[in-house]
Formats: sequence, C-alpha cells, structure tokens
Amino acid sequence: MSTKIAYGIFDDDDVVLHAIPKLQEKKFKVVDVISPFPIHGLDHALGLKRTRISMTAFMYGITGTSLALLMMWYMNIWDWPMDIGGKPSFALYKNLPAFIPVTFESTVLCAAHGMVITFYLRSKLLPGVEPVIIDARATDDRFVMAIEVKTDADKDAAHAAMKALGAMYVK
Amino acid sequence: MNYTFNQKNKTIAFVLIAIGLVSIAASFLTHNHQAWSNLLHNTFYFMAISLAGTFFLAVQYAAEVGWSVVLKRILEAMGTFLPFAAILMLVVFFGNLMAGHNGGHYIYHWLHHDLYDPASAEYDKIIAGKSGYLNLPFFVIRMLAYFAIWIGFTRLFRKLSLKEDIEGGSANYLKARKYSATFLVLFAVTSSTSAWDFIMSIDTHWYSTLFGWYTFAGMFISGLAVMNFIMVYLVKKGNMPFITEHHLHDAGKFMFAFSIFWTYLWFAQFMLIWYANIPEEVTYFMIRFEHYRPLFIANFLINFIAPFLVLMTRDAKRKLNLLMTISVVLFIGHWIDVFLMVTPGVVKEHWHIGWMEIGTTLGFLGLFMYVIQVSLAKAPLLREKHPLLQESLHHSI
Repeated sequence: MSTKIAYGIFDDDDVVLHAIPKLQEKKFKVVDVISPFPIHGLDHALGLKRTRISMTAFMYGITGTSLALLMMWYMNIWDWPMDIGGKPSFALYKNLPAFIPVTFESTVLCAAHGMVITFYLRSKLLPGVEPVIIDARATDDRFVMAIEVKTDADKDAAHAAMKALGAMYVK
Repeated sequence: MNYTFNQKNKTIAFVLIAIGLVSIAASFLTHNHQAWSNLLHNTFYFMAISLAGTFFLAVQYAAEVGWSVVLKRILEAMGTFLPFAAILMLVVFFGNLMAGHNGGHYIYHWLHHDLYDPASAEYDKIIAGKSGYLNLPFFVIRMLAYFAIWIGFTRLFRKLSLKEDIEGGSANYLKARKYSATFLVLFAVTSSTSAWDFIMSIDTHWYSTLFGWYTFAGMFISGLAVMNFIMVYLVKKGNMPFITEHHLHDAGKFMFAFSIFWTYLWFAQFMLIWYANIPEEVTYFMIRFEHYRPLFIANFLINFIAPFLVLMTRDAKRKLNLLMTISVVLFIGHWIDVFLMVTPGVVKEHWHIGWMEIGTTLGFLGLFMYVIQVSLAKAPLLREKHPLLQESLHHSI
C-alpha cells in the first residue's frame, strides 16, 4: 500500500506552528511544512532529526584538502621540483606554508560544491525534474503542511482536521 | 541573582597574589634576566583580556545586539581590571627605565641614547630615523592617552549601566550606544598603535603592517575565552540560571570563529615574511623558530587545531565542561602567544619557563580574579531594566 500525502494550505505561520502539536495529539503524522521563510521552533515541533549535511561538509572538506596537497606535491615536489621563495627544500612539509592558501581554497571549494550537490540529490532537485508545486504562493506568503496518511479515509480525516485548525484550503 | 565573593575564592586569589609576589621578588633577587620581560608579558596579557571585555561590550551596544544582554555584566566586570593594568604598565615601563639607567637591561632597545648619536659607535641609522615616533616623551604621552581613553570609556559604560538599573527606560542605553560608536573608532586606532608601542617596538628594527590586527585578534580571543570561562563558572555555581544552551552556543561560536580569525592573521603575517625571505623581516621568525620551536609549534596547535576540532560540532558548544576546558586551553595558548611576542625580543635565545615565570603569571591571575570578582559582586548579574532584556532571555537558535 503506497502512502499518500494530505496537504493543507495556511496563510499564517503562527497558525501552522500551533496546529502541529494539536494534530500530533490526534495521531496525525505531520511530515513537513513548506514555508517561504524559517519559522522559529518549527524543527522542534516537527521533531525533525538533525541534518547530516555538516558531516558530509567535513568529509568533502577533508577530500579537498587531500586533493590539493596531492596535486601540489606531485606538481612542485615530485614531477618538477621547485625552488620556493629561495628555499630549495624540495619537501612537502618544508614548503607547506606556500601551499596553504591553495589548500584552503580547495577545501572550501570541495566542501561547498559537495554540500550543494548532495543537497540537490537528496531533495531530488536535479535538472529536468518536474517540480511538485502544491501552491504557487508557497514561496511567497503561504504555508503548506504535509501529513502522511495511509488510506483515503485517513486523508479525508486529515483534511478535516487541518481545516478545523485554520487551513485556507486542503488538497 | 547576585554574586557573592566568598571567603574561599578570596583565599585562592590572595594565595595566588602571594605566589606572584614571591616569584617576582625571587626573579629580581636572583638576577633573572627575564624578570622585566615576564612583567611586561603578563601585564600586557591581562590588560588585553580586560580591554577585550570593554571592546566586546562596545560592539554589543553599537550593533544593538539582543542575545548578549545576559553577558554584559561579565564584560563590564572584565573592563574594571584596566586601571590596575594601567598602573602595572606604568610601573613596568618606568621601573625598567630607571633600572636601565643604572646599568640594567632595557626591555625597549630604542631607549638607548647612543643609538641616536651619530658620533657614537652604537649609532643606528634605522632606529634614529624612527625617533620622530619612538621617543620617550611621545611614548609616555601615547601610553597615558591610551589608558585615559580605555579607562574613561569603561567607566562610562559601567556608570550608564548602573544608572539604568535604577532609572530604567532606554535613555541610558541609547547614550551608551552613542559612546560605544565613538569608543570603537578610537579603539581601532589605539589597539593598533598600542600594539606597536608596547610590543612591536621591542624588536625595534623589525616591523609588520599586520601586527596591530594580529595583536587585536589575540586580544579578542583571549578575552572571549575568559568571558566564557566566567560565564560557565557562574552557570555552574547557579548564579546565572537565565543562561540557556542557546547563549552557550553563541558564545562558543564566537570563540570558534575568532580562533580561526586569529590563525588567519597569524598565518598571513608568517607566510608573507617566510615567502619573501627578506633578511630584516625574517630575523623575527628565525629566532622564534630556531630557539623557541616547541612554543612556536604549540602556539599554532593549541590556538588553532584544538578549538577548531573540538568546537566544530554543534553539541560541543552547548556543553558546559567542554566549553570551560577549551577556554582554559585557549587562555594558556594565548599566554604562549604573547610570550612569543615579548620575550624573544628582550632576552634573545636565552629563555626559560620555570617556576618564577609561571609564578609571576599566577600572581597576575590572582589580582585579576580578585578585581573581577569584586566587580561582579557589586551589581546584580542580570541587567533587569535593559531594553533588550526580553530578547536575550528568549534567545533561541
């Protein structure tokens, strides 16, 4: 049996925030709220797990650091030894200060791009994907609440509950 | 929510001061050639911490920051050490000047008269060329001006804050905001020039255009470490029940961010000099790298790697014990940083860190603790009538 989503569209962030605990009390599973701006306390109310994107950022960053050092070691120490700043030491650790700026930039580049790409992949926002638009004004001044339901009867119950708590309309 | 300076803490402070006095006396009696540089090192370090308190307070006013209202009393208390630092600095400077005249050893090389006399064998063209700025009367005037500005504004902020406790309203807050903007402009200039005067002029030939900023970064981060330590201590004692995880998180973030800022400046200064390899610049790092290598490397590891790795995660910034540990680590780390700024210029490669050095620092720490706890006990720890108080109490991130 596939899961279905019942949507309720609200026009006030405060109403959404206060509706969540009341719906949860009635055993509805509020999975998400789509909002044009961050609502304080929403993460807590929804009981969302902490994002793991920071962990991936760290791993991408480490990758960037290693790649940059490997590249410079190969180019300036191994393949074509360079006299850096009048210090012909030809060792990575002795020339390290000269390599730090590039290493730093590469770390940031890999961490930032890695995070963005991961985020897009996880939220299925790839080029060519048809976006799901529940309400065109969800990026302007509307708030969409999503409740996971199993049957059509449950969906109707969820719709009725959201309407009772101030939803403008349901979908 | 008042803090009481109990007998136990008083005893600790007095014991530390006594250790300090014994160490200072011992270093002079045993002709420890590091005696003067130890005094300058510690005076500058604790002055910097205290000044960072006033600076951060002024930033909070000028930027109309809401979340930090609960921390303002700590910052005010940190600033109250400045008059003591000023007296100590004057004692160190004039004491050393008199000792130098009597055949002793000057901290500041540029004080020697022969350097400016073209007939003398000691004549130094480069230093003589700097005499328009580096001369005794102007130095003393500058020193007095710094202390007048810093202490004046610190006292002004304190006065307005205490007045607010009685009067309420936002008039005092708005006044403090106006004065803090003025202070920040003056601080921008004096923090740089005071770093040149007190520290950079020890290595009289050498100069670095980044030095003022670098010193400021170290000053700010050691101030934040002390602020966090006091905050955690007061929370643990139950004096500050209004401080939540969110405040800890933000304070921890500041410490994390400015550790990286300090590293950035430290490295920017080091790398350019290392890369260019110009003799008159690179000598500064030669002596530090060759003769002070353990400290030089420890400085980087303690002040960058430790806070970077430990404070990176969100949970770490919210844990009292971890925050306290890392602030102690940073306090020691920046003590080493200032040691590396001051000592090599004064005693060259003949350095040591023995019981007299550590004892001197403990003495300064005792005095600092005493002054701060007296100030903390004088006023309620929460500014009940601050216009942004509610925002701070309900701070949530």
